[in-house]
Amino acid sequence: MKEISLILNNEPRNVQVETNEILLDVLRNKLGIKSPKCGCERGDCGTCTVLLDGKAVRSCLILAVEAENHNITTLEGISKEKLSALQEAFIEFNSFQCGYCAPGIILAVTELLEKNPHPSLEEIKESIAGNLCRCTGYTPIFDAIMSLTGKGAK
Amino acid sequence: MSHYGLGTLKKEENMALAHTFDYQRPSTLIEALQLKAKYKDKALFLAGGTDLIVNIREGMLKPDLLIDIKGIGELLKLNWEKETLFIGSNVTFAQLIENELVQKHFILLHDACKTIGSTGIRARATLTGNICSAVPSLDSAPALLCYEATVHCASPESQREIPVTEWFLAPRKTALQEDEIVTGISLKRIPDSSGIYLKLGRYSGEDLAQAGWGILMTADKQYRLAHCALSPIPKRAYYIEHLLNNSNPLNADLIEKAIALIPSEINPITDIRATQEFRMYISGIMLKRGLTAIQERISGKYIEPRKLLGDV
Repeated sequence: MKEISLILNNEPRNVQVETNEILLDVLRNKLGIKSPKCGCERGDCGTCTVLLDGKAVRSCLILAVEAENHNITTLEGISKEKLSALQEAFIEFNSFQCGYCAPGIILAVTELLEKNPHPSLEEIKESIAGNLCRCTGYTPIFDAIMSLTGKGAK
Repeated sequence: MSHYGLGTLKKEENMALAHTFDYQRPSTLIEALQLKAKYKDKALFLAGGTDLIVNIREGMLKPDLLIDIKGIGELLKLNWEKETLFIGSNVTFAQLIENELVQKHFILLHDACKTIGSTGIRARATLTGNICSAVPSLDSAPALLCYEATVHCASPESQREIPVTEWFLAPRKTALQEDEIVTGISLKRIPDSSGIYLKLGRYSGEDLAQAGWGILMTADKQYRLAHCALSPIPKRAYYIEHLLNNSNPLNADLIEKAIALIPSEINPITDIRATQEFRMYISGIMLKRGLTAIQERISGKYIEPRKLLGDV
C-alpha cells in the first residue's frame, strides 16, 4: 500500500492504494465518487471519463498512483452548488434516458466549452466521438450542447 | 465489473488489475535507465498508458516494475531547430494536434494524430508510445515513414538514432534494445510539400484502421507513400513511388497503373475489422482519392480527409 495525495473536486484528499489499482476503481470504491462508470475497461466507451488537470481522460486506463499530486474533477465537482448550465440543458432536452454515458459526455463537453465556448456541431461531435451512448441516441445530446453555443439547437 | 455474468451481480468490492507490479516515477532519464538496467525485460516504461494498461489487464504483459516517465521533464521537449521538429517521448497526440509547427509543416502527421483514438485517449497517448506498441494498424507510422523520421534512443552507456524505416521489425516488435528508452522522434521539414493521411475505420471516431495510407507530395511532383494495417508492419510503397516519380503527369491512367501495383506493396490479412479482399480493394479507392486530393492540398485548398471516404 502506498498513500497518495490528490486534489479531488477542489479538495485535497489522501488515499491508500495498491500500485495496480485503477483510478476509476479508487474513485468509486475508496473515495465515494460514483459518477464515472465502468463500461469497457479498455478506453473505448468513455463512460469512465474524468478531468485530469482539466483534460478529459479515461480513468479506466490510469493507475491511481499516476494521479498523485494531480487535480481530478468529476461530475460531483462541477455541480457542487448547483447544476451546471450544461447539466440543465441535458435535462431540458431529455438528453439521457439510462444516464450511464451522461457523466462522461458532460465532462468531455465541459472541457470543450472551456477551450472553445462556440464550437461547431462538427467540433462537438469530435469531442465526444469516444463517448458511446447506446440508448438515448446522439441527437438530443447535440441539441442540448448546441443550445449553449449561441448557435441554438440545430 | 463488466465481467460479472448475468445474475451474479456482486456487491462492489475493491478491484485492481489481476497482475501486481511495483511502480516508480523517476525524475531524471538516468534514474529511469538505471531502473531499466536492473530489471531488464521485467520493467516497462509507462507514458500515456492507453495501450499498456489494456495489455496488462488482458494478461499480455506481466511486468515486475512500471517506470512512469511522466516525471522526466526533458522528455516533454517539443523543439524546432534547423528545420527539424524534435518530439519528446512524453509529448501527447493532443499536444501535437494543437502545435502550430505540426499544423504548418507536417500536415500528414497532423492528419494522422487527429484520427487516433478519441479526445480522451489523445490527451494521454504519446507518439512515442504509438511506435513502441508497434501494432500493424498504428496510424502515426505512414506519416513518420514518409517524413523519414528518426527515432532517438538512449541506454545507460550511449545514445543512438534509428531511421524509422528500420524501426518496425514485426508486429509489436521494434529495433529498441532491452536496455534502451526512446527519448523522442525527430522529423525534418520537407520544403514545399503537402501530405494527406487517409484512414478507413468501420465508423468515424476512435476505431482502429482497416486500412491507412499516407501520401506526401512535393511541389516538383515527387511522391512518398506509406501504409498501415495492410501488412505485418507499416511500410513505404516504393514501387508506387517509383512509378509516380518517373511518370508525368498524374492522370487517371497513371493512377490506374499505381493501383495495379498495390498487390505488390501490401500483404493484408482478414481480421475482425475487414477481410483481406476488402483491404486490397479499398486501398485502390483510397489511393485514387488521396492522390487526387493531395493535388488540391498542395495548391492550398483545405481538404478534410475524413470526407473523402464518406464520413460514416
